[in-house]
Amino acid sequence: MKTSDYIRKLPPWYFFAPAIFVGIAVTLPLVYLLVRALDGNLGQSAELLFRERNLTLLLNTLKLTAGVLVVTTFLGFPFAWLTSRTDIAGKRVITLLGVLPLAIPGYVLAYALLGIGGENGTLSQVFGLTVARPSGYWGALTAISLYTFPYLFLNLRTGLMGLDPSTEEAARSLGLSSFQVLYKVVLPQLKPAFYSGVLIISLYVIGDFGAVSLLRYETLSYALFIQYESAFDRVYAAWIALILLTLTCTILVAEYKLLKGLLFYRAGTGVSRKTRFVALGHWKWIAYSFVGLVTFCAIILPLITILFWMAQGVDPLVWEILGRSITSSVVASAPAALLAAFFALPLAYISVRYPSRTSNILQRFAYLGYATPPLALALAFIFFSLNIIPFIYQTIGLLVFAYSLHFLAEAMGPVRSALYQTPPRIEEAAQSLGVSKFMAFVKTTLPLLRGGIIAGISFVFLSAMKELPITFILAPIGFETLALNVWSFSGEAMFAEAAPFAISILFFSVIFVLLLFSREWKKYE
Amino acid sequence: MNELLTATNLTKRFKPEEHPVVDKVCFGVKEQEIFAILGPSGCGKTTTLRIIAGFERTDDGSIQLNSKTLECPYTHIPPEKRGIGFVFQDYALFPHLSVLENVKFGIRNAGGSEREFRALKMLDLIGMKSLRSRKPHELSGGQQQRVALARALAPKPSLLLMDEPFSNLDAVLRNSTRNEVRKILKDAKMSAILVTHDQEEALSVADRIGVMNNGKIVQIGTPEDVYYRPKTRFVAQFLGKTNFFAAQATGLEARSEIGYLMLDKPARGDVMISIRPEHLTLERATPANCSGTCGIISSKEFKGHDITYHIKLPTGECIVHTDNRMPFGIGENVVVRPLEPAVVLKQDS
Repeated sequence: MKTSDYIRKLPPWYFFAPAIFVGIAVTLPLVYLLVRALDGNLGQSAELLFRERNLTLLLNTLKLTAGVLVVTTFLGFPFAWLTSRTDIAGKRVITLLGVLPLAIPGYVLAYALLGIGGENGTLSQVFGLTVARPSGYWGALTAISLYTFPYLFLNLRTGLMGLDPSTEEAARSLGLSSFQVLYKVVLPQLKPAFYSGVLIISLYVIGDFGAVSLLRYETLSYALFIQYESAFDRVYAAWIALILLTLTCTILVAEYKLLKGLLFYRAGTGVSRKTRFVALGHWKWIAYSFVGLVTFCAIILPLITILFWMAQGVDPLVWEILGRSITSSVVASAPAALLAAFFALPLAYISVRYPSRTSNILQRFAYLGYATPPLALALAFIFFSLNIIPFIYQTIGLLVFAYSLHFLAEAMGPVRSALYQTPPRIEEAAQSLGVSKFMAFVKTTLPLLRGGIIAGISFVFLSAMKELPITFILAPIGFETLALNVWSFSGEAMFAEAAPFAISILFFSVIFVLLLFSREWKKYE
Repeated sequence: MNELLTATNLTKRFKPEEHPVVDKVCFGVKEQEIFAILGPSGCGKTTTLRIIAGFERTDDGSIQLNSKTLECPYTHIPPEKRGIGFVFQDYALFPHLSVLENVKFGIRNAGGSEREFRALKMLDLIGMKSLRSRKPHELSGGQQQRVALARALAPKPSLLLMDEPFSNLDAVLRNSTRNEVRKILKDAKMSAILVTHDQEEALSVADRIGVMNNGKIVQIGTPEDVYYRPKTRFVAQFLGKTNFFAAQATGLEARSEIGYLMLDKPARGDVMISIRPEHLTLERATPANCSGTCGIISSKEFKGHDITYHIKLPTGECIVHTDNRMPFGIGENVVVRPLEPAVVLKQDS
């Protein structure tokens, strides 16, 4: 084939160029992480890499990840099963209650946990119960599990909804009991949904910084924070970031390998028959109690704690800071959301309309920005900017750019699904009516993507509003967002002062969750 | 009449190592002519149409419209500058625009009221003026089809391309829409290329047909031409039921399994001939007329206005359509008689 023929098959440059730019923007800083790590001499590098402490940190991280996965499975699966397979009344409310914990970020939960226990805590002052302040492994496990189980719930629910009920009926007709059907037919088919939930949660645990730092549990991310914060030795920080990155890549590859042979499990898109619901009978009271208990721990208790501390009286100065923090958060998050959507559009377009190896790789870069532990990503941006474009170091611009690359994947989801619903021929139809290729896209496809783009922008905006680790490293001095204030006040046990910031974050997070919920709910109604 | 569009040697390979999807395709379309490209699925007909529209590029050859080159390996006029309308198989109506806005979309170089007026006139022509503010999803399949046609015709293209335009309609609707579309095109004095795999559609709508197979145009002619005088075995078979016989030709006459018959053109030696079932008739076999060429009726299908007989011959079989006044029974001995000269076929290339 002539080269010119090959070029014709490429997407138009105005889609291709931004996609390539994103690929470079994500990878290049990560390369600088390596450059920085190898800064010292070889002997020193080896010493830094093979420290015994690294092994302890790695084991701690893995222990926390495993624990969180077990707890979230036990929390997420009952929610998914109840809302998709049973005759329980109030599925809509239960689904919402299963998603709502996402509104309370891990570090706010950690703050709540710290505020509950101890002599002055909520429990002792309101209920007269004195409990030791939860911290360390169990504290981190509780906070992160309660925050992240909705991811597993949503994935499992989607999986259960997508199963073809006739396979279960076939199994019953072949003589299996209902428990055997669950074990031999349903669960194996749920593997892909389970793995993708596991992936999101593992990546979150590995990258979490807020909860582990407040509850003082030494994971790799926590160690990276300590190293960055207290020591001047950035080389060791770079090494920890590289270990984190390796761990992330290992998980991504493992997930890919596990899913590879399983794709045939996915149910077809044809009209499937209605699932027959399991009648719960008196068991429903147990189900309601379970939902109630989880809701109490994940939502009500933290909320009471925040309100309790707020009622203790807040320094009036704090209200002034609150106004500035909200402004700062919006100033950084809003442009990041627009930029992320701007990047997501060409990437999604190329991956849906020009599927090929190249577009597949480009798309993976978008997810790499999301999967990279945020502290490592932020550190990479610091090294990169200091070396290549020093004038953007310590600017809001760099923060906005890092946000947009990190949350790009969140914008891509809705844009991609909107694109899949848009008939590809309408652009050619517009062209045959005398409109240029670019204008054909603008006049026909773009209006149909509006809903998806708005959803993408909202997701990124609301996620950036509560983002902590990247903000912590990249925010210019004196630029304090809501998340930073919750974290720093709780870190100093100033729970009353942290409360107004926590409440403000909850306000934005609840909008995020309601948006997510309405999109999830619409899928099946 | 003048040739409007000339396609010369169009060739397209999607993968360098594979057989070309479109292989040296040549044909012309005259002014106000409806030309059909007929072929089985995967024969390259849609790709040919997309090359003419400018959605795909040709590897070789050229396309001229009104003696202006639109496409060759060194020239590519983009689709929007060709002035060629396209009706898509799935219609590709803009889902976010109303019927009127869809039709207005392509009308340019005119003021707002002028565009509106022209679009309404177009909708009037297809009898859908009253549904102008509906959205595409609120229309039936046949209505969507007509809107797609109106939208493509509204900018007054010099040529209209239609990709399987009737395949998404149910059988009853297909027949009426077909006649309606032909009438609209003829009233608008529009030239059109229609791509289809349905021989009945091509025969009834088109003025001329190009039969395509394996990326090549095998025969071009009027519907009567390609039906009655197919050049190859493929064309004969693709356009309807037919009988093939091996025969020994001696000029305008040949000897075959059903006896001596006339040929449409002189030939010598071993040839393959085709004769349509309706060009054969049956006679009861008697010792006088049966000189070693009689057959036995193996089955029959009574269809009301006519009857189809399957005849077992000494070494093969054949199909005969007769009118319903010839009641033969299964197992009866009959003699097959040709009513028309048989067609001598070329070897399939």
